[in-house]
Amino acid sequence: MSAETLTSADYIRHHLTNLTYGQFPDGHWAVAQNLEEVDQMGFMAIHLDTMFFSLLTGGLFLWLFRKAALSASQDAPTGVQNFVEMIVEFINTSVRGSFTAKNDLVAPLSMTIFVWIFLMNLMDLVPVDFVPHLAGMLGVHYLKIVPTTDPNATFGMALSVFFLTIFYSIKIKGAKGFAGELTLHPFGKWAMPINIFLEGVTLIAKPISLALRLFGNMYAGEMIFILIAIMYSAGMTLGLFGGVLQLGWAIFHILIITLQAFIFMTLTIVYMDMAYQVEEH
Amino acid sequence: MNINLTLIGQAISFALFVWFCMQYVWPPLMEALEARTKTIADGLAAAERGLHEKELAQKKATETLKEAKEQAAGILAQAQKQASEIVEASKTDARTEGERLITAAQSEIEQELSRAKEHLRQQVAGIAIAGAEKILKKEIKAADHGKVLDDLIAQI
Repeated sequence: MSAETLTSADYIRHHLTNLTYGQFPDGHWAVAQNLEEVDQMGFMAIHLDTMFFSLLTGGLFLWLFRKAALSASQDAPTGVQNFVEMIVEFINTSVRGSFTAKNDLVAPLSMTIFVWIFLMNLMDLVPVDFVPHLAGMLGVHYLKIVPTTDPNATFGMALSVFFLTIFYSIKIKGAKGFAGELTLHPFGKWAMPINIFLEGVTLIAKPISLALRLFGNMYAGEMIFILIAIMYSAGMTLGLFGGVLQLGWAIFHILIITLQAFIFMTLTIVYMDMAYQVEEH
Repeated sequence: MNINLTLIGQAISFALFVWFCMQYVWPPLMEALEARTKTIADGLAAAERGLHEKELAQKKATETLKEAKEQAAGILAQAQKQASEIVEASKTDARTEGERLITAAQSEIEQELSRAKEHLRQQVAGIAIAGAEKILKKEIKAADHGKVLDDLIAQI
């Protein structure tokens, strides 16, 4: 986007707007052209860019790992095979370390979370104007290429994990056991309202903290990239300084995106493990 | 920053990804890794076993060698003993045989000597008688003078 015709605030706002396809108040479906239209759509809208890039990265993940899985054998691994097996080994170690029960879902779930979130976060390292500018030339005016800076993506995953933990809690402890866990702790049955309040907060905090931690980190990181990008239009010296800053921040960000993916995965394993813990009443 | 249908779309894609990963990605990879772990463990165990067996074989070979050496030494000693015995025996044999031969020869010589002496004596007696006949010019009957003759013969 050419900064000459835009103020910095417009530039930032533009970068933080998703390409939204949704239902207008009059009932027809179309791509929103500006922020007002996005607001009008409300819940009946879908972020095309988030969906596209998350499916793209997810597809890349599954394609790569499926390829490795097909060529997996006892022989010495090479190339991509080696890389994939390293990740599998890493995930397996993490799951074995934190998850004590037997469940075939947890390890693939953890791997999907780790690799997928990592790949989605990785989009953050693509210079902020690069893909949107290309898309702009093709007639797409809004584009956010990092799906994890969209709370829909992080909450989509966090809520899925949340429902899984509730499902397994009820499956392992029974509906009664699960209800007991919520109502009889930590003060015994005579303080049930307080218990429900406290345990309810604990329960709700899990998906929210999962989703907001990832979203917050990535959103802030993206914001800093955008702010640095503004410097490019402020003359030669500031532009060069911005370049150095962007490089530094990108290198630092490699750590953050990996760490965030790892934290999301580890917390998922821990929550799943907690669902399997039968506490004494 | 809007929560909208994307949330549901993301949840669905997430579920699909997890399902695919659980169905087609994780099990074969895990299987391969476990199989490889087992192969490596087996290989290491086999190597360990081989090493152990080699040690055993070496020990056994050393023992066999030692035994063989001992046996050989025993056989050699025995053979030497036997040989010396044989030599000793043949020496004794030869000595006795020689002695026997010597004895036989000596007795033969003695016999021959006594026979010759007897012969000589008789001849001398004959000669003496003939000499006496001639000297006495008289028939002397051997029967009459037998005692004198015998004395003569004994003196020879």
